[in-house]
Amino acid sequence: MSVIDTIAPPEAPSQKVASFKPRLLQSEEHGLCPGCGEPVAIRTVLEVIEELQLAERNIAILGHGCYGSFVMLLDVDSTLCLHGRAPATATGVKRMRPECAVWTLQGDGDMVNEGLAEILHATARAENITCIMLNNGVFGDTGGQMTAASVLGQRTKNSIDGRDAAYHGYPIPVANLVASLQGSAYVARGSVHSAAAVAQTRKFVRKAFQRQLEGKGLSLVEILTMCPTGWFVPAANGADYMMESLGKTYPLGELKDVGEV
Amino acid sequence: MAMKLLEGSEAIAESALVAGLRFYAAYPMSPSTELLEHLARKLPQRPGGVCINVESEIEGVNMALGAAATGFRAATGSCGQGLALMQEAIAEAALNETPLVVFNMARNQQDYFQATRGGGWGDYRTITLAPKDVPEAVEHAQLAFHLADKYRAPVIFMGDNLIARTQVSVDLKPLDLEPLPPKDWQLDGTSGGSGRSRQIWTWGAGKHNTPGPGPSAHWARIAAKFDDVAKLEQRHEEEFTEDAEIVVVAFGSGGKFVEHVVRDLRTEGRRVGFFRPITLWPFPGEALERATARARRVLVFELNAGQMIDDVRLNVVDRRRVVPIGGVSFDESGLNLGPLMHANAIRERIEAHFEKAAA
Ligand code: SF4
Repeated sequence: MSVIDTIAPPEAPSQKVASFKPRLLQSEEHGLCPGCGEPVAIRTVLEVIEELQLAERNIAILGHGCYGSFVMLLDVDSTLCLHGRAPATATGVKRMRPECAVWTLQGDGDMVNEGLAEILHATARAENITCIMLNNGVFGDTGGQMTAASVLGQRTKNSIDGRDAAYHGYPIPVANLVASLQGSAYVARGSVHSAAAVAQTRKFVRKAFQRQLEGKGLSLVEILTMCPTGWFVPAANGADYMMESLGKTYPLGELKDVGEV
Repeated sequence: MAMKLLEGSEAIAESALVAGLRFYAAYPMSPSTELLEHLARKLPQRPGGVCINVESEIEGVNMALGAAATGFRAATGSCGQGLALMQEAIAEAALNETPLVVFNMARNQQDYFQATRGGGWGDYRTITLAPKDVPEAVEHAQLAFHLADKYRAPVIFMGDNLIARTQVSVDLKPLDLEPLPPKDWQLDGTSGGSGRSRQIWTWGAGKHNTPGPGPSAHWARIAAKFDDVAKLEQRHEEEFTEDAEIVVVAFGSGGKFVEHVVRDLRTEGRRVGFFRPITLWPFPGEALERATARARRVLVFELNAGQMIDDVRLNVVDRRRVVPIGGVSFDESGLNLGPLMHANAIRERIEAHFEKAAA
C-alpha cells in the first residue's frame, strides 16, 4: 500500500486551472472604469466568434467610444472608423470579403447620434453584417453627456436636471427602428447587468452571427452596459441603476428573427 | 489596343476598370453622375465587382474606405458640395494610410482648395491629378490608383464637365507603371487568434501584442511621406517659356484652352509661354519658378475667384508680377464651365496684358 506523502508538493497540480481569458483577447488588463459594462459585453462577442470558429475569418469595424481603448486587446483584424460610419465602412469590407464575418462595434452616441443614417441605410440594403451597439445612454468617453438614446429623466452633464422631452426631445430606440425595416434579419436587446443577462446576451449575439453566416441580412444586438462613471453613481450600484433607468425604456428580448418565420 | 470612341465619363470608368477597380460607391451629382451610371452597369459584370448607389456622399466615401482597407482597388466620386462632405473621410484615409481614390468631376474650378488643401483634420495632403482632356484623364484614372497604392494615401482625380461629356477616341491600354509594394497591411480577417492581428487606425496604435508606432511616430512618418511625395511626384507641362515675356498658368480643361490660345499667339510672333500644373498637389513650384524667372508677367487663368493663384504666388519670385485673368464663370444651366471657357475670351484677356506690359 502506497503512502501519500502529504509534505512534498504534488508533481503536477491536482487540477488544471482553466484560463478565463478568451483566446481572441490578447490581455485582460484594460483601462476601462471599475464597474463598466463594456469589457464583458465585448468579451461575450469574442467568445461567440471563437465558438463559431470565425477567429480566422472575421473583421471588426469599430466606432469611437471608451471601448476604443479595449479594442487594442482584441486579437481580430480590425479598423477604427469615423464616428457613426461603421455600418458604411463595414459595407465596403463585407462586399469585398464576403467570406468573412464582418461586425461593427458602436456606442449609442456613435450609432444613434452621428450614425443614425448609416445604420438605417445599411439595414435597408440588407447588408450582411452584424452590428453590436453598446448602449449606456451617455457619451462615456467624453465624460457623461446626453446622447440621443439617453432616457427621459436621465441626469447627464448636459441635461443636469434630467432629460426633459419638452426641451431635449425623446430617446430614439434604434433597435426598434432597425427591426421595423425589411433588410434586418435579427434584432435583439440584451444586457450585462447579471450573469443570467450575460448568458442571454451571448445567445442573442450567437444568433446574430448565425443569421449573417446564413446570408439573411443585417443583424443588430443592442447591449445595455453600465457606465457608473458617466452616470455619477458608485460602481457597485451601476447594474441596479441601469435596469431602473435604461432598462425601463429599452426592454430586453428579441425584437425580430427572420430565422424563425 | 484599338482606339475606341467614348464619352469622357465612360472612358474614365473603363480606364478605372483596366486599373483593376473592384468597388465604387457614389451619389449622383452632375457631372460625376455618368461615371456612376457607367460603373453601375459595368462593375457588377466583373468577378467580385461591386457598385453601390449610396444614400449620401458620406456613406459612399466611408464604404470606399472600407473596401480599400481590404486591399482591393476602391473609389468614390462626386464634385463640389459632395466633395466637401467627403473631407472628413479623405483625411481619415490619409492618416490611416488607406489608398482611396476620389473621382472629383468638378463643375468648374472652385474645388481647387478642397482638393489640394482638404478640409479634414491632421497633417495631411491630397495628391491631386488634373487632366486637361479625355486622353490624359484615361491615363490619370490608372495613375490615381497607382499613386494611391504606392503611397498608401488618398488621391483625388480632378476632372470637369467638359472632360466628362466630350466624346473622344481613346486607347484603353494598361499603363506601364513601376511595380508596387505588397499589400501586407490589407484586412482579410485571417490573422485573428494569432496574436498578430492587424489594426488600421489613424492613431497608429496597434494591438496589445503588436503595439504599433503610436500617434507621434505614426504622424511624423506620415508627414515625412508627404514630404517625399511633394518632392517626387510633381508633374507639369510647359511650352515656349524660355523666352516668354508673359507666361500663362492654367490647369485642367482651362489649361487646354490656354495652350491652344498660346500656340496661336506664338504663330503670330507674340512672346508668350504656357505652364500647366498636372499635379495640383504636389504643386510643381520649382519648375514654375524656373519657367517664370524671366517673364515680365505671369497670368493665371482659372475658373474661380482665385485659388491656384496662391500657389503660383508662392513660387514666382516677384509675386507682384502675378495677375489673375480668370474668374467666376457660370452658365445658365449651372453645369457647364461658363462663358469664360472660350478661346476668344481667353485670347482677349492675354492680349490686354501685352498692351499693359508694353505701356
Ligand atoms: S466612462 Fe463609462 S463607458 Fe467609459 S469606461 Fe468608464 S464606465 Fe465604461
